[in-house]
Amino acid sequence: MKTRKYLLPAAVAGVLAMSLSACGGGGGGGTQTGGGDAAANLEGRGPITYVTGKDNAAVQQPTVDRWNAAHPDQKVTLKEQTDKADQQHDDLVQHFQAKQSDYDLVTVDVVWTAEFAAKGWLQPLKDKLAVDTSALLPSTVKAATYNNTLFAVPVHSDGGMLYYRKDLVPTPPKTWDEMMSMCSIAKANKIGCYAGQYQKYEGLTVNAAEAINTFGGKIVDDAGKATVNSAEAKEGLGKLVEAYKNGNIPAESITFQEEQGRGAFEEGKLLFHRNWPYVYNLAKTDGASKVKETFAVAPLPGKDGPGASSLGGHSAAVSVYSKYKATAVDFAKFLLEDEQQKFFALQGSLAPVKASMYKDAAIVAKAPYMPTLLTSIENAVPRPVTPFYPGVTKAVQDNAYAALKGEKSVDQALTDMQAAIDSAK
Amino acid sequence: MSTEAPTPTSAKETLAGTHHMPGKESADRRQVTQGRWAYTLLTPTLVLLGVVILYPIINAIIMSFQKDAGLDPATGFFTEGGFTGLDNYTHWLLQQCGSGPALGPCPPGTLGAQFWDAMGTTFFFTIVTVAMETVLGFWMAVIMARAFRGRALVRASVLVPWAIPTAVTAKLFFFMFAFEGIVNKIFGTQILWTGSEWPAKWAIIISDVWKTTPFMALLILAGLQLIPDEVYEAAKVDGASAWQRFTQITLPLVKPALMVAILFRTLDVLRMYDLPAIMTGGANNTTTLSILVVQQIRQGLNNASALSTITFLVIFLVAFIFVRFLGANAVDAATTGKK
Repeated sequence: MKTRKYLLPAAVAGVLAMSLSACGGGGGGGTQTGGGDAAANLEGRGPITYVTGKDNAAVQQPTVDRWNAAHPDQKVTLKEQTDKADQQHDDLVQHFQAKQSDYDLVTVDVVWTAEFAAKGWLQPLKDKLAVDTSALLPSTVKAATYNNTLFAVPVHSDGGMLYYRKDLVPTPPKTWDEMMSMCSIAKANKIGCYAGQYQKYEGLTVNAAEAINTFGGKIVDDAGKATVNSAEAKEGLGKLVEAYKNGNIPAESITFQEEQGRGAFEEGKLLFHRNWPYVYNLAKTDGASKVKETFAVAPLPGKDGPGASSLGGHSAAVSVYSKYKATAVDFAKFLLEDEQQKFFALQGSLAPVKASMYKDAAIVAKAPYMPTLLTSIENAVPRPVTPFYPGVTKAVQDNAYAALKGEKSVDQALTDMQAAIDSAK
Repeated sequence: MSTEAPTPTSAKETLAGTHHMPGKESADRRQVTQGRWAYTLLTPTLVLLGVVILYPIINAIIMSFQKDAGLDPATGFFTEGGFTGLDNYTHWLLQQCGSGPALGPCPPGTLGAQFWDAMGTTFFFTIVTVAMETVLGFWMAVIMARAFRGRALVRASVLVPWAIPTAVTAKLFFFMFAFEGIVNKIFGTQILWTGSEWPAKWAIIISDVWKTTPFMALLILAGLQLIPDEVYEAAKVDGASAWQRFTQITLPLVKPALMVAILFRTLDVLRMYDLPAIMTGGANNTTTLSILVVQQIRQGLNNASALSTITFLVIFLVAFIFVRFLGANAVDAATTGKK
């Protein structure tokens, strides 16, 4: 009898303990000072593993096959992760923490590069392993550079574009103010004027950063210090907040991620819409789309020219624990060759990282938005390149969200954003 | 149950033993070998529990006293933080950010600034959803306990929400509560369900109640079915009204099962993650403690260990209060099957 009394509490404790241990399981700090591992195996050649997110467009395996046919002694094996960015990130972290040599070349999202580099997990691409980036779009190279060292090879890029209704607006607006002045057309047609992604998630960071960068603000400086509390940033975020307040940005867009925005635009409920290039083909072919023939794309509107898009895309980075770094770098360079870049663009609608490809006749024929996208990426600003990106993006999201909803003034939001970014260290 | 079983069996065996083997000695020996056997059989389980539960917990607690790796501005690389005492705990409990002279209250937009809000939100969800689920679950259980045509079908269909994985439920409700979603269409409203605090909280509560009321109903139903019909018949003969039968017979007799159901649900909601994470991403003050832990893991594992240790202690305290003060006897009675 006596023991029974403690049975249930003990069982409860056990269950709770399991939930706790699930959190502690990740153990082991991932820190080292970039010494030994980064200097080893620089000339190693042999079979490597190339890790990418889920290959939905089926472009990676054919590419790997092409390489393998030409390099039978340095075979590349493709390893696909899930299609969720967070899971890809955590999978990479676990493999790096375990210092495993089985992930030779990994695909990193542009916003992870600095974090992984600062943890000492990525091989600096210099000296023997240097990669010529002169043909690449500068913003993509900047996003792969940390502490003035290249840590990853940009493989494909991404940038925001302005989708607009060409039946209602014959000439797309070039500046933000011009776009706002066109909102009377939306009102006359009883549709919303402009929307991006304003739910509190990574998309809001993208949109807030675009507003801030477009008007000359900077979220962090090159040394990673917060510089967001500036007059320029205030003007940019202020424009966004003002438009939301006066209804030019419809109220419901505070619940929009990419897909809800795309839905609203395809239903003909938006005059202007900021989204990624993937929307183009869907809006042209989707059965539910009512704007198939009546939309077009333009560069994001800016202060007095094109706006500063946030940069998306992925890079390939070499693990410091790889045994065959020379092969890994060669394969990364192979991904940059025109043939592969063209294949990615045609087969997978992945935006190339070389300006020359955007003028390729075959690519433009398949994806007419390419010249617009080039303008977008040429003017793009990478999201803050900082090893504390998760904390920085949270600081931006939380405070931009509060400002949009009118819970705090733009001034207060930027003051808090600045303080929160600095305390994210 | 299990602790009671061996006593009569071994007593019987001992008795039987005295028939065949003379003396008390063999009975003792038998008990000794039995004890040895018991330990031998239990050891693998204990070792396994030690490896998968004890070790990670101790590891997490040790980590919670370590500082998270910090950036060395000279090299641009991270360096180990080292021992930091209770700093990680004061970071959360007192909401202090930064270190050294820069130590001060966490600015809005940091995880530290959200700790007490998340605590409040978690307890708010717990109290509201458990209360609603208890009332609705009781009602459903009473209906299901009656004999009527199609009872099996009703019981099976009630279980459907419970059988759907929470993440799927969350996605379903996410679409239903979208601005262009079915909820606004049906009621002709234009509510931004996930766009402001109270609608978002209620959307989550509705989803949680929809999903887990069946669980509550089933546990209560099991309790109801333990009550013998004769008791009700006797009460009827004595002239007790339906309300009297409910308050005087059903409620006291079902209380043990009810307390267990409430306890399980309470502990479950205190760990709530999927619904708010998928439906709102934690926006509009719907961040629960578990969401905060997961977000912190990406920013620093040691600090996340401190937070999950705090969460663990809070939940443990709630469980302890429940068992010790509110339903200790009920729980005891429920597990032995008598009052």
